[in-house]
Amino acid sequence: MTALNSSASDSTSADGPSRPLKVALIGNPNTGKSTLFNALAGLRARVGNYPGVTVEKKIGRVRWDKRDIDLIDLPGTYSLSPRSLDELVSVDVLLGRQQDVGQIDAVVCIVDASNLERNLYLLSQILELKLPVVLVLNMCDVAAARGTAIEAEALAEKLGVVVVQTEAHRRVGLDALQQAIIDSVSRDGIEPPALFPDAFYIERDQLAEQLAEWNEPAMPGYLLERMLLDVGGQVETQLADRQPERGLSALATARERLKEAGCRIPMTEARVRYAWAREMLTGVVTKSAARRVTTSDKIDKILTHRLGGLLIFCGLMFVVFLSIFTWAEPFMGAIETAQGWVSDFVTGAIPPGALRSLLVDGVIAGVGGVIVFLPQIAFLFFFLAILEDCGYMARAAFLMDKLMTRIGLSGKSFVPLMSSFACAIPGVMATRVIENRRDRMVTMLVAPLMSCSARLPVYVLLIALFIPSEQRLERGLVMFAMYSLGVVVAILVAWLLKKTFFKGETPPFVMELPSYKWPSPRIVLHRVYDRSKAFVTRAGTLIFATTVIVWACAYFPGDHGELNAVVAELEQLDSMEEPDEDLVAALSERQNQLSARLIEGSILGRMGHAIEPVVKPLGWDWKIGVGAIASFPAREVIVATLGTIYSLGSEVDEEDAGLLGAIRGAEWPDGRKVYNTPVALSVMVFFALCAQCAATLMVIRRETNSWRWPIFTFAYMTALAYVGAFVTYQVGMMFV
Amino acid sequence: MTTLDTLTENQRARIVDVDGDDGIAVRLLEMGLTEGEEIELLGFAPLGDPIEFFVRGYRISLRKSEAHRVQVELIEV
Repeated sequence: MTALNSSASDSTSADGPSRPLKVALIGNPNTGKSTLFNALAGLRARVGNYPGVTVEKKIGRVRWDKRDIDLIDLPGTYSLSPRSLDELVSVDVLLGRQQDVGQIDAVVCIVDASNLERNLYLLSQILELKLPVVLVLNMCDVAAARGTAIEAEALAEKLGVVVVQTEAHRRVGLDALQQAIIDSVSRDGIEPPALFPDAFYIERDQLAEQLAEWNEPAMPGYLLERMLLDVGGQVETQLADRQPERGLSALATARERLKEAGCRIPMTEARVRYAWAREMLTGVVTKSAARRVTTSDKIDKILTHRLGGLLIFCGLMFVVFLSIFTWAEPFMGAIETAQGWVSDFVTGAIPPGALRSLLVDGVIAGVGGVIVFLPQIAFLFFFLAILEDCGYMARAAFLMDKLMTRIGLSGKSFVPLMSSFACAIPGVMATRVIENRRDRMVTMLVAPLMSCSARLPVYVLLIALFIPSEQRLERGLVMFAMYSLGVVVAILVAWLLKKTFFKGETPPFVMELPSYKWPSPRIVLHRVYDRSKAFVTRAGTLIFATTVIVWACAYFPGDHGELNAVVAELEQLDSMEEPDEDLVAALSERQNQLSARLIEGSILGRMGHAIEPVVKPLGWDWKIGVGAIASFPAREVIVATLGTIYSLGSEVDEEDAGLLGAIRGAEWPDGRKVYNTPVALSVMVFFALCAQCAATLMVIRRETNSWRWPIFTFAYMTALAYVGAFVTYQVGMMFV
Repeated sequence: MTTLDTLTENQRARIVDVDGDDGIAVRLLEMGLTEGEEIELLGFAPLGDPIEFFVRGYRISLRKSEAHRVQVELIEV
């Protein structure tokens, strides 16, 4: 092993026999590639991002035959013709140009055995990388059911690569594949077939000479070919950055010469590769003569029906929505109850003071704040994984595409946005199905505008404030208006983002509609586990830290001596058999007063006072300002914060009569009431549009691999919320 | 000669050419919509767009604007 093979970032890959072998897995979407990866690597995969892009980097270390092997799961793709930086990542990994991965020792190309011809297109490109290749014919059972017979040995002979047959979802053929991978790493790379006419290779060599003349760094033959073949592709773009004028004109003339030689670009590539694929399959694959009408065809007829399909889709979405909205509720309740027990236990074990407050209000609340989202994430991904694995997700995108193109997105954005009504966190995580980076970013950035379940307590509290409970219709209308506001603003923002930051050529919606199959429980559960783990480990720590920081701001500075004494006395009274009711009431009153005064004097309270001039145009006093700041980690916290500030203790909920009374009674120093209808509406509009959710922002950071986008999201949403609240209050005051 | 988006349900056609050299044209070609291939229209989404087709043994969804790029010759039954 030579120094050439060592990778820069992997500390364990020192030169020598201990260097782990690198094997890349690649394949078309819907070939079961991820299932195969999970079956081979188990749950030990390390997940991260490739630097500078939003592509997920998934590496699973296995130890086979006394050798460490890193299995690298590359994103599903129909071709290796990079048109963006994201798509270039896979090519760079395979060519050993990705610094943080290093040289690749072998490639495993997974193909759908029931759809070989199209899948071989990608294989023909992979063969040109001159690496050892293992071809996996997955879903052989589906192919057989469709009356397709494949002679694997004959195919291996013709292609010159090792062929393994598997059924990944049933774990059939895994041992053979494992052996094939072990054997392949010691073999030499294959010599690719020359598919193109000679004129093409002549042009390629001339281009290489030209680039060398311009002192361009040498590049692999495959990238040179891509430069010629992909008009407007990523390789061309990079050349154009370095050689703006002469680079592009050299390519244009080369392509013109090729066209004259009967080698039109881009048609030629598809023509020669598909001709090759068909030739490889001739005599190897036999199909039953007639095209069978399979069960899958019949199901598809119903599910993509113009009316019926739409109704079924609405029904399915309703169930998914209901599941995250209501079925997750008991689990979230249980988590909150458990959190309460732990808090009570700590409260009982530690005397009142800073340590107890840190543990109860900072640490336990912080951990609880992370875990409480798990039921929603688990439920959403449970249903999405089922829909995805059975092949329905592509149909959902198909059905909703026209609607979404009106705001510049595609059908693939619909489900993530819809999920965000329950909770933006799984919604943002679900945007991974969108391959196009620009569409995915826009979807992610507007998802937090959907009114999630955490906004509900805020709406309920404020609606109760100014609409009497017997006016159910009015209450319902205001609630509906708040939900609609989020949607309308999201549409406008999405449209604007597509016109500004994320403009570019419309990505193709050319998409395979895979055959239906039964979802595999193993795959579904793995997906749920994977997403939940990703949330807890990657976003959890940051959410936790935010909660602790906000706690510290609310606690310091301030002399808690008297409060602690009062609390201690109360707790002592509490443990007595027959406590003096009047004394308890008096002490509780004192406790609430002290808490309120302490929070007013804390950093948070001072911030509230400091921003009063800023929030006054919204009709808010400093207390609402404090509530808004304190609810940065999670917006529903405002209910408890208002409880504390209005001296009611923090154990209030949104329908608490005492809290409602206290808020109604709140006055400005000159005796005017703080809350009237415009103020209540202004607070609601603010909370409908603001990004008061640390968890969502952290998930956006994780998904985009950059701090830029969560900061952007927070800034634009806060600005919108402020302007929205301002307009609401000012306009509202004209009618009061 | 016509374009792929003008087909009606269950109508079949033979592909003649794909217009353009941008990402959409490349993707259409990569997905196997090459000269001489036979393609069948299976159905439309609720708002008439996108359209579902059958080509090279699998189902594919194309937007109207994408299908419009594909020049075809109808196959008379």
